[in-house]
Amino acid sequence: MKRLLLSAVAFAAIGLAPAVAQSPAKVDRALLEATIKSTFKSAPPEWQARAQQDETQRICSETRNSPSTADFEKIKAREIATIVYPPDGNVMGDWKKGESVAQVGTGHQFSDKPGGRIGGNCYACHQLAKKEVSYGTLGPSLAEYGKIRKFSAEENKQAYAKIYNSHSVMPCSNMPRFGANKFLTIEQIKDVTAYLMSPDSPVNK
Amino acid sequence: MKGRASLLRLMLAFAAALWLVPVTSVMAQPADESEKEIERYRAMIGDPMSNPGFLNVDRGEALWKVARGTKNVTLEGCDLGEGPGKLEGAYAKLPRYFKDTDQVMDLEQRLLWCMQNVQGLDTADVIKRKFAGPGRTSDMEDLVGYIANKSSGMKIDPQVSHPKEKEMLALGEAMFFYRAGVSDYSCATCHAEPGKRIRLQGLPDLSKPGKQAQETMGSWPTYRVSQSNLRTMQHRMWDCFRQARFPAPDYGAPGVTALTVYLTSLAKGGELVVPSIKR
Ligand code: HEC
Ligand code: HEC
Repeated sequence: MKRLLLSAVAFAAIGLAPAVAQSPAKVDRALLEATIKSTFKSAPPEWQARAQQDETQRICSETRNSPSTADFEKIKAREIATIVYPPDGNVMGDWKKGESVAQVGTGHQFSDKPGGRIGGNCYACHQLAKKEVSYGTLGPSLAEYGKIRKFSAEENKQAYAKIYNSHSVMPCSNMPRFGANKFLTIEQIKDVTAYLMSPDSPVNK
Repeated sequence: MKGRASLLRLMLAFAAALWLVPVTSVMAQPADESEKEIERYRAMIGDPMSNPGFLNVDRGEALWKVARGTKNVTLEGCDLGEGPGKLEGAYAKLPRYFKDTDQVMDLEQRLLWCMQNVQGLDTADVIKRKFAGPGRTSDMEDLVGYIANKSSGMKIDPQVSHPKEKEMLALGEAMFFYRAGVSDYSCATCHAEPGKRIRLQGLPDLSKPGKQAQETMGSWPTYRVSQSNLRTMQHRMWDCFRQARFPAPDYGAPGVTALTVYLTSLAKGGELVVPSIKR
């Protein structure tokens, strides 16, 4: 836990620092909200609601992902509180199913057909299994993620928490809060946790 | 005769598409190699025979000059900022503030306004065909192709002196960093650092002024080979909002114009070479 905390603070200090250099122009909040509203005014109401920010999104946006120390702690506490663990405490699902969670990039887009496949699209941002060469670089490489963490039960649980709510570890992370936002189901998060952490998974080969 | 010419254009476009693929990942390539690619690419953009976007330019010219609407007049009475009917250089200075509407408008908003107010045209059908698809052309894509081409070779000249233009610029910047939705994305999630990619797709850094913003904004409208259609900035924003898991924006909505003002401001001095052609 301490290691994660330290790396989170280091990220806040180093990784995100360049964003602060460009100080945000002052914008009237009411005008911004009105503009957002009218920009999406023909969308169905449930879609319009998605364009509204929660408190975490607002602070991360306004500070260009570099919240003050006080906000950093506030966000962290708030986001930790959202995490729902599987009822039986087992965070490891089926890594084979987890592979497709990591690969599939559709879901929750206005162009998606109802009932279509929904995935976490981890490969959009991360390297995972080394044999998969089509990966993005918006996030760090996760190759051998479980192996490096010695396949420990405590690390499995932390990986589950990270995927469920990235901001619980690293406030204002660019990574989606997959569980807290109901982007993925608990089952899917277990499966992709196993894909990251299982000794049998290609991620750890 | 006409059929044969367009078939030839299509074939050339297909051949172009094959070697165009590396061009889109130019950012990840060694400098001299990618410069050669860019040179070949630029030569092709300007060649009406190998860039099907020029079919839109031709159709757009016809649409500009056809009398329509209850007033049965052409669009030549439309003022795009440089005076009624003046097209030379107009696109290079858009979006900009218009006194008659007391609004900052991009080209597409302005064209809709002119159709309604100069021509008395009911734009419902035009908006329905905002993006071309199979068996359906888009008046807007054609007109934008034609009008933007009249600024090709010119420098992007962002208009940010009027208080309303300044306000739109600040709004656009705020929108670029505005995180929301089930993925917590903003434009900045994907476009705020140089040299990043999503899967294998290179992403331009659109968070600061400079070459990447200039090259990006200097290349729209563009013929998308993967979509077999000319696309405008309205379409690009629509597609990026889709990827960001936002709702679909209204066509010509103020937030899209605000983003375009912001992106254009970063691209100041960049050269317009349009319509371009891309993956
Ligand atoms: C939009 C980009 C994006 C997507 C999609 C994404 N991530 Fe991330 N991820 C990041 C970024 C950026 C970081 C580094 C900052 C942080 O730790 O939050 C990160 C960090 C992580 C970490 C912590 C790494 C460490 O240093 O310990 C894990 C584990 C992780 N991601 C797993 C996943 C999984 C599994 C998925 C898919 C279900 C996923 N990510 C999808 C961007 C993304
Ligand atoms: C989830 C990732 C993602 C998000 C979020 C996103 N984009 Fe993009 N954007 C892309 C990708 C990928 C491309 C390149 C697509 C292609 O070439 O097919 C792109 C292309 C573009 C381009 C054209 C680049 C060029 O060189 O032609 C512009 C302009 C742009 N985005 C602006 C935005 C804006 C403004 C937003 C916010 C409304 C945004 N993007 C949000 C992924 C994203």
